[in-house]
Amino acid sequence: MTQLALVIDLNVCVGCHACVTSCKAWNTQGEAGPLSDQNPYGKDPSGTFFNRVQTFEVGQFPDTHTVHFPKSCLHCEDPPCVPVCPTGASYKRAEDGIVLVDYDKCIGCKYCAWACPYGARELDEAQKVMKKCTLCVDRITDAALAERDRKPACVLACPTSARLFGDIHDPQSEVAIAIREQGGYALMPEWGTHPANHYLPRRRTEARVREEDLQRFDNPLKVDGLLPKPATGEPALDDVTTW
Amino acid sequence: MLLLTTLLGAGQGLFLALYGADLYDAARGRASFAPPFVAAAVAGSLALAGGGLAASFFHLGRPERAWRSAAKWRTSWLAREVIALPLFMLLAALYGVLHWLGMLQAALFAGALAAAACLALYLCTGMIYACLKFLQEWHSPLTVLNFVLLGSASGFTAATALAAWFDAALEPGYRVAALILLALAAASRAATLVRNARLRPRSNLQTAIGVKHPQIAQKAQGAMGGSFNTREFFHGADAARLAGVKWFAGLAGFALPAALLALGSPAAAFAVQIAGLLAERWVFFAEARHPQNLYYQAIS
Repeated sequence: MTQLALVIDLNVCVGCHACVTSCKAWNTQGEAGPLSDQNPYGKDPSGTFFNRVQTFEVGQFPDTHTVHFPKSCLHCEDPPCVPVCPTGASYKRAEDGIVLVDYDKCIGCKYCAWACPYGARELDEAQKVMKKCTLCVDRITDAALAERDRKPACVLACPTSARLFGDIHDPQSEVAIAIREQGGYALMPEWGTHPANHYLPRRRTEARVREEDLQRFDNPLKVDGLLPKPATGEPALDDVTTW
Repeated sequence: MLLLTTLLGAGQGLFLALYGADLYDAARGRASFAPPFVAAAVAGSLALAGGGLAASFFHLGRPERAWRSAAKWRTSWLAREVIALPLFMLLAALYGVLHWLGMLQAALFAGALAAAACLALYLCTGMIYACLKFLQEWHSPLTVLNFVLLGSASGFTAATALAAWFDAALEPGYRVAALILLALAAASRAATLVRNARLRPRSNLQTAIGVKHPQIAQKAQGAMGGSFNTREFFHGADAARLAGVKWFAGLAGFALPAALLALGSPAAAFAVQIAGLLAERWVFFAEARHPQNLYYQAIS
């Protein structure tokens, strides 16, 4: 059974928000209606975003790490937002496991938003329906796009390749390999939602610097001493040669 | 949502009060049961339930599609409530009509069905909240119990008030029942407060972002203004205001109505009780700590 999902590598995410802006742009220009903004150039801007990048500081100053944390709908394998929807607008596709909202059926009761522990769903203030990450289902199923472009906008936009896309149930896919080999984990596993999106943990890179690397042990100047210098009165090489 | 659940609960309670008295009356061989009282009680019950329904209708983003909301009754408690609520109102109205027409036996039967629908409706309304397992403050049978007891308490207070106007013989019995229900409701709500105070959240920042370090602090939420996530799940009140509302809910929802009932002014008791119960419902929503709040703690 296919389960498409994203794998987000927290080790290389630099918090540039390219995924946020590309997602907003792609989904705002689509046929489903814009992701509306309220007061975008004003004092208290607010708007609908499918993907947000948050920043967390781990540790106590001065021993801190900054973790940039992109979060969007995790397309859970056991999504809590689907059974609670009274109209059936919230559904999980059987063919690829993407959780979607049917904007024509949604009544905007916000029950699904209360049912999602990750806060992945938002009410669009203009359209008054619930919206969330669609895994760019309109991009990945668009036969008119080139094969390499049939990925979610955020995956294509990420400059550090922190976002990977694929089928996590296919053991040979890029995402399954990443999860397996780099210890990919799910968020809030205590609630049993089995999110399909996984995160790759931070890895510590250390470089050991040894004393002998700073100084060459076979430095000829050290071994042989300084070059021989003629007495003050005698002609030196500098007097008879030109460079 | 406050208006929906409070008014609806009161309307249901009033109907149960009416039906209970009708059964008792029938058991005693139809001694006295003034038709104006029945009419007033049914009308009041339907008015309260209808008012609650209208309030819920307008809280929807797209109310014109509300007719779709019964579709997923197999999985969604909200869909089940959308079926149970009109069913209850219909059966209660039928009960009222049959009673008015003098067909008392048929009315009793219709009333039994309406009472069953009423209890099912309490269950559905409570389970909408109680079924969300990570909202630990709500995920308990006490939630459903509170809906039943609080609704019944307010309904019986309304019945006492109506009895005072339309059928004085029933008033003492209703008053005692209302006081007992108030006491039970207070006990149940207090038990909920105690339980919630002892809760340890199972989610924390460590599980929320998957970093196993004891000290994690959010520095940025990804938006400088607010968002749906900061408006919907945060009540925006500080600790002092929350405590103030809790005290008001306790006084106006339980203590004052009990006193007013005992002193013999049930109408005032009902008015105060509704205000107190609205506050209590606000506290119910405010005390829920949604795990998504972990992701929205600091605006940088």
